[in-house]
Amino acid sequence: MIELKKVVKSFGGLTVLKGVDLTVSEKEVVVLIGASGSGKSTLLRCINFLEILDQGEVQINGEQINPAKTDLNKIREEVGMVFQHFNLFPHNTVLENIIEAPVYVKKMKSDEAKEYANILLEKVGLRDKADNYPDSLSGGQKQRVAIARALAMEPKIMLFDEPTSALDPELVGEVLQVMKQLANDGMTMVVVTHEMGFAREVADRVAFMHDGQILEQEHPKNFFDNPQNDRTKQFLSRIL
Amino acid sequence: MLEIFQSNYNALFEALLITIKVTISSLLLGSIIGLVFAFFSISHIKLLNYIAQGYLILVRGTPMIVQICILYFGISSIVTLPQFWAGVIALAVHNGAYISEIFRGSIQSIDKGQMEAARSLGMNYKLALRRIILPQAFKRAIPALGNQFILLLKESALVAYIGMTDLWGATMSIAGSNFRPLETYIVTGLFYLVLVGLFTFIFSKLEKRYDPEKSVKRSIKNSKGITVER
Repeated sequence: MIELKKVVKSFGGLTVLKGVDLTVSEKEVVVLIGASGSGKSTLLRCINFLEILDQGEVQINGEQINPAKTDLNKIREEVGMVFQHFNLFPHNTVLENIIEAPVYVKKMKSDEAKEYANILLEKVGLRDKADNYPDSLSGGQKQRVAIARALAMEPKIMLFDEPTSALDPELVGEVLQVMKQLANDGMTMVVVTHEMGFAREVADRVAFMHDGQILEQEHPKNFFDNPQNDRTKQFLSRIL
Repeated sequence: MLEIFQSNYNALFEALLITIKVTISSLLLGSIIGLVFAFFSISHIKLLNYIAQGYLILVRGTPMIVQICILYFGISSIVTLPQFWAGVIALAVHNGAYISEIFRGSIQSIDKGQMEAARSLGMNYKLALRRIILPQAFKRAIPALGNQFILLLKESALVAYIGMTDLWGATMSIAGSNFRPLETYIVTGLFYLVLVGLFTFIFSKLEKRYDPEKSVKRSIKNSKGITVER
């Protein structure tokens, strides 16, 4: 479903991704872990072209994407993203946040969009918050709205960029719960996170990034219980 | 003072009307100019950035009164502009520069994550700007805009120097004929004071209205029907 080949990305003189290969199959949940600055987020942002890679290839649904020629907006419609800082639209209510893209990008009828938005809100447990403004929600609620907003475009792939890192500890669980449910429903997901419990429980594969490269990727059981690479061992010993 | 007010009642109110007309016309035109040049300065096209910079340097670098005189007396050797339009255009072009900076600042002050979230949902740049960035930027621009509009209102007195009988133009001729400049000027000052007060009031209302946190009632009202333009 997603295939990255030899992806290279630099910012100024700093090379953040040094030839990364990653394949994600349909309905697979891949968790990216690694120290900050290792390139996890950048890799994620290359998948929906919020960052344009310098070299290498990105294939989504078997289609090779050339950022200069392909309509990236069409790609982004199929690849939802959830951000660390939620990035909800503060001037819109929760419901308006969710129907914005379906109505203006997909040209869905507003009634239809609202109906679907309410189903999604039900799914993330926030049906009663439809008419609130984001400012009145807790961090965990905001992130669940953000997930619903991304799902409203009916994406085939969901990217999560440290979705729980900005949350108070007691609010992390509710967001992970929604993500877990999404994974169980068969969504293809790439998740950057520091939540090792989530990785162990939900991921089909855990990939460890260090210094712009993926050093090791394994089923979580093998990954956590029997890491091969020294860097991985070091990293795991520090966080577990 | 009351006597001056009474004996010049008609002249002063006619002049007040002209001041209001000039102010509102140049306020609208200036806002459009300001918005256009704000887009120029945030554009990815270098040429447009340069045009915006050139405009700012020229307009901010020369006094308003010089600009009005160039437009009315100077250009009249080529084409004759009616007084009203010379005044309005000069005020609009002059204030447009400051308004464009207000808009640019407020657009750039919106968190980058807003644009990223909009793009990640498949919205193109223009749509994201129009639906997500600008509504937030406008709200943030309101206090500074209010300030600029008050400045514009007071600067409109300069149109008296191209012969218009706005508040200040009328005042000068009244003071010239009754030989009581001090009292006449004070009466006129009060007129401006009331006008500015009115402006300030309107803007503080606007500010409150566009602040979702302060208007919980509005959010309840919205639940009944969100108007969606296509």
